[in-house]
Amino acid sequence: MEIKRGIPVSPGVAIGTALIVETEGIQIPRRFIDKARANEEIERLHQAFKDAVADAHANQQAINEKLGKQYGAIFAAHALLIEDPDLIREIELLITQKSFSAEYAVSRTMRRHAKALAALNQPMFSTRTADLYDIEKSILSHLVGQPGNPLQNLQGPAIVLAHDLTPSETANLDPKMVYAFATEAGGKASHTAIMAGVLEIPAVVGLGRFLMDVSGGDEIIVDGNRGVIIVNPDEETRERYLVLQRQFGSFAKRLNELRDLPAETTDGIRAVLLGNIEFPTESAHCGERGADGVGLYRTEFLYLNRTTDPNESEQYEAYTSVVRAIGPNKPVVIRTLDLGADKLFHLADQYLNEKNPSLGVRSVRLCLRNLVLFKTQLRAILRASCHGDVRIMFPMVSTLMELRQCKMILADVKEELEEEGIAFNRKIPIGTMVEVPSAALMAEEMAKEVNFFSIGTNDLIQYTLAADRTNEHVALLYSAGDPAVLRLIDRVIRAAATQNIEVCVCGEMSGDPLYAMLLLGLGLRQLSMTPQNIPEIKKIIRSITIEEAKVVAQEAMRFDTARDVNNYLREQTRRVLPEVVVN
Amino acid sequence: MTADTLRQTVTITNPQGFHMRPMAAFVEAARLFPGCTVTVTRSGMVPVDGKSMLSLMGLVAVQGAEVLLEVSGPGAGEALSALVHVFHRNFDEE
Repeated sequence: MEIKRGIPVSPGVAIGTALIVETEGIQIPRRFIDKARANEEIERLHQAFKDAVADAHANQQAINEKLGKQYGAIFAAHALLIEDPDLIREIELLITQKSFSAEYAVSRTMRRHAKALAALNQPMFSTRTADLYDIEKSILSHLVGQPGNPLQNLQGPAIVLAHDLTPSETANLDPKMVYAFATEAGGKASHTAIMAGVLEIPAVVGLGRFLMDVSGGDEIIVDGNRGVIIVNPDEETRERYLVLQRQFGSFAKRLNELRDLPAETTDGIRAVLLGNIEFPTESAHCGERGADGVGLYRTEFLYLNRTTDPNESEQYEAYTSVVRAIGPNKPVVIRTLDLGADKLFHLADQYLNEKNPSLGVRSVRLCLRNLVLFKTQLRAILRASCHGDVRIMFPMVSTLMELRQCKMILADVKEELEEEGIAFNRKIPIGTMVEVPSAALMAEEMAKEVNFFSIGTNDLIQYTLAADRTNEHVALLYSAGDPAVLRLIDRVIRAAATQNIEVCVCGEMSGDPLYAMLLLGLGLRQLSMTPQNIPEIKKIIRSITIEEAKVVAQEAMRFDTARDVNNYLREQTRRVLPEVVVN
Repeated sequence: MTADTLRQTVTITNPQGFHMRPMAAFVEAARLFPGCTVTVTRSGMVPVDGKSMLSLMGLVAVQGAEVLLEVSGPGAGEALSALVHVFHRNFDEE
């Protein structure tokens, strides 16, 4: 049994069989065989080794011709490795003595060697582990005979383990087949983490290097509540987790019963809980969880993975479908294009050479330089506004000038629509995201120019602490509970109050039960989050008085480190709601 | 080692160390002498089988490292000079 700690990003507990993606990329069908079948298994093993050697030679030939002999020689080395008598002997022993399947025995053996090599800690030779994985993959593919993307061809339920998953790989996971996933890289607010929450797949990320210690087919427990994964648990641990799994299920069920109740403190202060969505189909999740509307409709999906920009009518359809699904009386806040450096985008080609993309041309900066693209989106949003309570929001505004430019272009577009006689809501509320520290510091001035603020804590934390949220090495710096972040949030809330405009928090922070009392106590009455988090946050709000929340906020603001803040909030949250999962 | 074991020390001069390609050439050469036992030892470490890629990979012979080649069995002399030659040839290439 081995325990690894990472960052919990999607709650729930899952127990299942490991599927390692990327390195072996092949799902191991079973781990053990009937002892009587050992000879058959060894025959299969020898055939696979022969085929793998043939592959290596074919590769050598092909690479010789393509790149030259010195590169082809690498595959000659692979062939020699596969033919190493020590290697096959070691694997045979696992099959005959431990009744491992050929696949599992290969995986275990190659990983053991890779780990031993990595432990030598010689950067010069570190690529050799990659050679071993390559060989492992080749042998396994002959044993299993399973080509293609393993995530698309799952042969049975699995726990997916990977160095990293892209947001789109995550989005395409089938929750019925993928019980959970765990990755070496990634942070709390990465898009992969966000997608896991949306799909309700328990997930732990930022585990650091651990794939070498795991073989495909190992039994894995993923504890998405605590950020722990357990490899080959002992009997007692497995029992304990089976119980936890059932408990989590019933708590989640009770939360669902809160759906139609308001998010109201015991002394009658009402909060508005909104959903963050990315795809129009997610508006259904908002309804299911009793959201009061959509507080953040991300529009990037329209622009991704394509070679042309989405046209006006395509966008209009997407926006209108959400407005119709949510209903005419509930707000739908549509955020204009917010593509960052971490997202692929054909338009960004011209900015590819940016040394520091997250501080480069992104979001409104990109839009203000591509007016055709920007105006097309604004037209589509304005046209959708006559079907309900549509609001428009600009992301990543850093200065007052930028905000004014955005508003000016919006005014232009309105005028155009007016001239063309196209219907739209002339009084469409305009908001700005506050996610750059400069905007937070200038919040009082900004508040005079807009109808609402939405505090994007993910970026605000990243920019305030200068810590990349997806870099596991600095993940510890990235904390919503950092006093610097809390002071900025407090400042923005106060600025909104002086101008009497609405303010909302739409980052991951608002869906984290740890911060619910704090945010309420600081004066927030609107929170927008992944719809799945709404019941839990509602449960907390319904368990406290506003006075209690204010005391918690005052106390929390007194601490001078994120650790103290978070420890205090953890204590307070557990006091109010012992069954809630706080990290 | 028995009396008829032949030994020679080689110094790794290549900046890449004793890496995959020369290692493969070495194993291939060693296997041409099926009757011979070939071991490779880095000073202070356990001797490893010179016919096993996997074992050689664990050597981590970086530039400047000295490795001791030991060959015994029929044709040991020929084998040793072939192996030393492989070593030099491969490192000369780069």
